[in-house]
Amino acid sequence: MVHQYKLNGFNIVIDICSGSIHAVDEVAYDIIAMYKDKTEDEILTEILSKYSDREDVTEEDVRLCISDIAALENAGKLFTPDTFEPEADRFKAKSGNIIKALCLHVAHTCNLNCGYCFASQGNYHGDRGLMSFEVGKRALDFLVENSGNRTNLEVDFFGGEPLMNWDVVKELVMYARSIEKEAGKNFRFTLTTNGVLIDDEVIEFSNKEMHNVVLSLDGRKEIHDAVRVDYAGNGSWDRIVPKFQEFVKKRGNREYYMRGTFTHANPDFTKDINVMLDLGFNKLSMEPVVCAPEDSAALTQEDMPVVLEQYELLAKDMLEKEKEGRPYTFYHYMIDLKGGPCIYKRISGCGSGTEYMAVTPWGDLYPCHQFVGDEKFRLGNVFDGVTNNDIREDFRSCNVYARPECKDCWAKLYCSGGCAANAYHATGSIRGIYKYGCELFKKRMECAIMMQVAKELGK
Amino acid sequence: MERITTLDTRNLCESAKNGGCGECQTSCQSACKTSCGIANQQCENEE
Repeated sequence: MVHQYKLNGFNIVIDICSGSIHAVDEVAYDIIAMYKDKTEDEILTEILSKYSDREDVTEEDVRLCISDIAALENAGKLFTPDTFEPEADRFKAKSGNIIKALCLHVAHTCNLNCGYCFASQGNYHGDRGLMSFEVGKRALDFLVENSGNRTNLEVDFFGGEPLMNWDVVKELVMYARSIEKEAGKNFRFTLTTNGVLIDDEVIEFSNKEMHNVVLSLDGRKEIHDAVRVDYAGNGSWDRIVPKFQEFVKKRGNREYYMRGTFTHANPDFTKDINVMLDLGFNKLSMEPVVCAPEDSAALTQEDMPVVLEQYELLAKDMLEKEKEGRPYTFYHYMIDLKGGPCIYKRISGCGSGTEYMAVTPWGDLYPCHQFVGDEKFRLGNVFDGVTNNDIREDFRSCNVYARPECKDCWAKLYCSGGCAANAYHATGSIRGIYKYGCELFKKRMECAIMMQVAKELGK
Repeated sequence: MERITTLDTRNLCESAKNGGCGECQTSCQSACKTSCGIANQQCENEE
């Protein structure tokens, strides 16, 4: 399977199953498009006719290009057949029952009342509550016990707002550090916070212990404050921005993401990205809102072309800024063509329900944070382990080839079939697809790959 | 003339032979929390 597209003046050809990427001129682009359906002579006739005004397009040259394409095919870099499907189940089953990542919901409560919150203002449609140290400790032990030969274990302190249970977060980090060496593990912690309760002590501890921090900011003050409000209805932008700036300044080179959400109110989200840059942040993530289609925040079909254009503008701006010596990163445009994920990862996806689970304040296990609160997806708890094996098996067998609509999609080995929660909420099945999200994802990948091509050709 | 430039990429077919160590980051964990993309994950297996 091959995907061809033109973007920002580049002609790009992706060979899906080998992962090869080719930057081509328009003549080669056209030849590749015809290569599988026409004979060499037919291709020659069409190309010479189309480019009759071009002196560089000669019969000899076109035949040479065709032979180059044949060579790439023979080298397994073009028109590579999809041979992965029969192995797909085996790839994901290879992990067995190993669990390597937990999203710890240390607080099912929040000090903000954001209109678009998928966690229903932090309580996930259930009771409010804080995780006790005992439950958290048991979750960490459960993770170690079930992590097999995995060394790197990921724990995200999530909510609600995790800083509302900060003492327990610190105790859990210290507990993990006390056991990791003997257990032969390496805990990597992430803190995801709205920023309201950040103080010097949070900054100091987090910059020492958190592998990553995710800081929620939607960009423009008026956009942010229209949604990210406290229970009195006051916007949070003025309170959190100075704290985030301090946090990031003291973080040095350690990983962080300034993470925003864009909605129907701001499909022109590059303006929010620009605000983040002006505030001094340069590791950015802007995510399309996840909510019910009838919600006023939901992105509409009319928003789609705006958003797609924004992704292109963003990619071009990033290339410009890099040239100017002011580079910044965008989470979805980070792509390492040489050192990226292997085919196992590309087929298996995020690992929700198998390698990755979410833990509620009471210790219940769910396939991921987005399924928390939906009782039929409860997998078990950290005390008794996974008891709902049907759900675990359902997630285990859910890979990119288990989704019929992904079969002929060029992006399937970049998204792994997409987010199970988004698919479930859009279609009622984790094997469905969230079509709107697919369109945005494909544009993001086209932009990310275009940027790599631009950098390569610019060398 | 040279009309095709091939970028240096990891060969996915080859990665089937020695991949699957499972040490790489859980993709949703790092920043987005609301979508699935694995393209931006780093391989932890340096072999």
